[in-house]
Amino acid sequence: MFFTTLVLAVREIRRHLLRSFLTVLGIVIGVFAVVTMVTLGNGATKAVQTQIASLGANILQIRPGQGFGRGGGGPQPPDFTMADVEAIQNQVAGVKAVAPQAQASGIAVRNAANWSTQVNGTTIAYFTAQQWPLTGGRIFTTAEEQAGKAVCIIGSTVQQNLFQGDDPVGERFRIRDLSCEVIGTLSARGQGGFGNDQDDVVIMPIKAVQRRFSGNRDIRFIMVAVDDQYQTSTVQSSIESLLRERRKIAGGKQDDFNIFDTKQISDTLSGTTKVLTAVMGAVAAVSLLVGGIGIMNIMLVSVTERTREIGIRLAIGAVAREVLLQFLVEAVALACLGGVIGLILSLAATFFLAPLIQVPFLFDVQINLIAFFFSALIGVVFGYFPARRAASLNPIDALRHE
Amino acid sequence: MAADPLIRMRGVTKTFGAGPAAFQALKGVDLDISAGDFVAVMGPSGSGKSTTMNILGCLDVPTAGSFEFKGVAVERLDRDQRALLRRRYLGFVFQGFNLLARTSALENVELPLLYRGEDKASRHKTGMEALAKVGIADWWHHTPAELSGGQQQRVAIARAIVTNPDVLLADEPTGNLDSITSLEIMDLLTGLNRNLGITVLMVTHEADMAAYARTIVHFKDGLVESIAAGRGRVGAPA
Repeated sequence: MFFTTLVLAVREIRRHLLRSFLTVLGIVIGVFAVVTMVTLGNGATKAVQTQIASLGANILQIRPGQGFGRGGGGPQPPDFTMADVEAIQNQVAGVKAVAPQAQASGIAVRNAANWSTQVNGTTIAYFTAQQWPLTGGRIFTTAEEQAGKAVCIIGSTVQQNLFQGDDPVGERFRIRDLSCEVIGTLSARGQGGFGNDQDDVVIMPIKAVQRRFSGNRDIRFIMVAVDDQYQTSTVQSSIESLLRERRKIAGGKQDDFNIFDTKQISDTLSGTTKVLTAVMGAVAAVSLLVGGIGIMNIMLVSVTERTREIGIRLAIGAVAREVLLQFLVEAVALACLGGVIGLILSLAATFFLAPLIQVPFLFDVQINLIAFFFSALIGVVFGYFPARRAASLNPIDALRHE
Repeated sequence: MAADPLIRMRGVTKTFGAGPAAFQALKGVDLDISAGDFVAVMGPSGSGKSTTMNILGCLDVPTAGSFEFKGVAVERLDRDQRALLRRRYLGFVFQGFNLLARTSALENVELPLLYRGEDKASRHKTGMEALAKVGIADWWHHTPAELSGGQQQRVAIARAIVTNPDVLLADEPTGNLDSITSLEIMDLLTGLNRNLGITVLMVTHEADMAAYARTIVHFKDGLVESIAAGRGRVGAPA
């Protein structure tokens, strides 16, 4: 019975091809909007996650002060010392590498080219803590690190601006008053999670930066790589209590430093894009609803137009339920048809749009299925009222209908 | 009349509306119709013949009185039960043919079989047989718009008899046809009545058509005025 009803419905749709198409246009647009939004949104989330992941997995960043800045009034919390770094390295379980960082900025000059960049003084541990392969040359040796020798490894942006096509390894350039030798070049990393250019950097032994640029032995950041075997949260709290002790923070007082987990940032940012995706999807879902109302409209018109047909069916012995089912199936078939067209259009659109807005194209089976079943559901909900009206017609009146 | 009629109406009344605007279309109709009869129902407009046909066709129920079909009290059945009764025992032919537009003759004829849940092959076979019985098997793939009035009425008759009903109800079946085609349709109905034993109930305005029947019932002012024998009872029409 159900199959024959389906056949009847498909026949009816085929008979009014143009009208059927116009009827489902709302659903087409609705499904298209929802699926496109969500697919692109998922791509954006993925893109953010990839970028954050490029910072390194299982990495803790320690900075003085609370939050991202150093905080407002009051005495500024002190930077860290090499002793802090060693304490973390030696006293906290689950630490794979601890890389202190001292930063300075300056204008790098080579021949006629100059480029304002960031100098990052660190230790060999920096390269253990995160995966950042070199494209040429080498990282500094322990001896160079200990001596604070003026050797540097440059990011691809710096390389491009100072050396254009030349091979920089073995060459020298000047930054502020320091002439340093390029011993290695870093592979390109692209944009960071906050839109900064991660490749615009010069990496030197930390002692060189402290001695030649900052003039003190302060350490601004400490990067800690956590062993895969350990929970970052456990290591994080161990470091926190160690640093509180070392910085003599009385119980009940807030930390004057801040440890955060790259995974946390990743979660926060991808959480944000997910919420945005959900909001956009919900807005698009409203258009699906409007599409459903469109179906109801046309089905009501169709019931009026086909009153006589309904009368004939009732006269030859169709029971109310069968007439109801016929119109319901027709509405659902229309809605599903619209859903499928919408999905196909959306697939095509996201496939071509994703590279344009620089997010990966991710075909999400789940949202496609949800959108399809939701359009079927809309067919049921909005088809029910017209179908019930058709089924409740009086056969005598229906047959007399002109 | 036979002792055990197919249809028995007793004191059937039908009132439309309520209060002062109420209109009593039937005022107590008693009517027996036995199986195999060919009954022509005649009468002026408003005499109650259409209301009677609606009740006989189980499309409507009496306000009061009893209507038994094959011994079943139809007035006690609900809407869907009456639909099943129509599906099983009744066939309808209308003045305006009432075929589904843009649907082939065969598909139209198959429609009642569809509701009986017959499979495609058997629907096709039975449908073609019914079209053959009314003499337009060659036109099975044509839609109503491609058929003449007489052909459309033949398709409608094929649809009505495709389920081998006990009773064929025809509401002015020749009302929209010219006189020659009308005679052909009447011959067809007479043949179905004689050869297949289908009881035919036909409403008509035209005495010429009523003459084909075995029994002619005249209605007037919501009552049966007279019951007479038609020409169909004694022999074949000229």
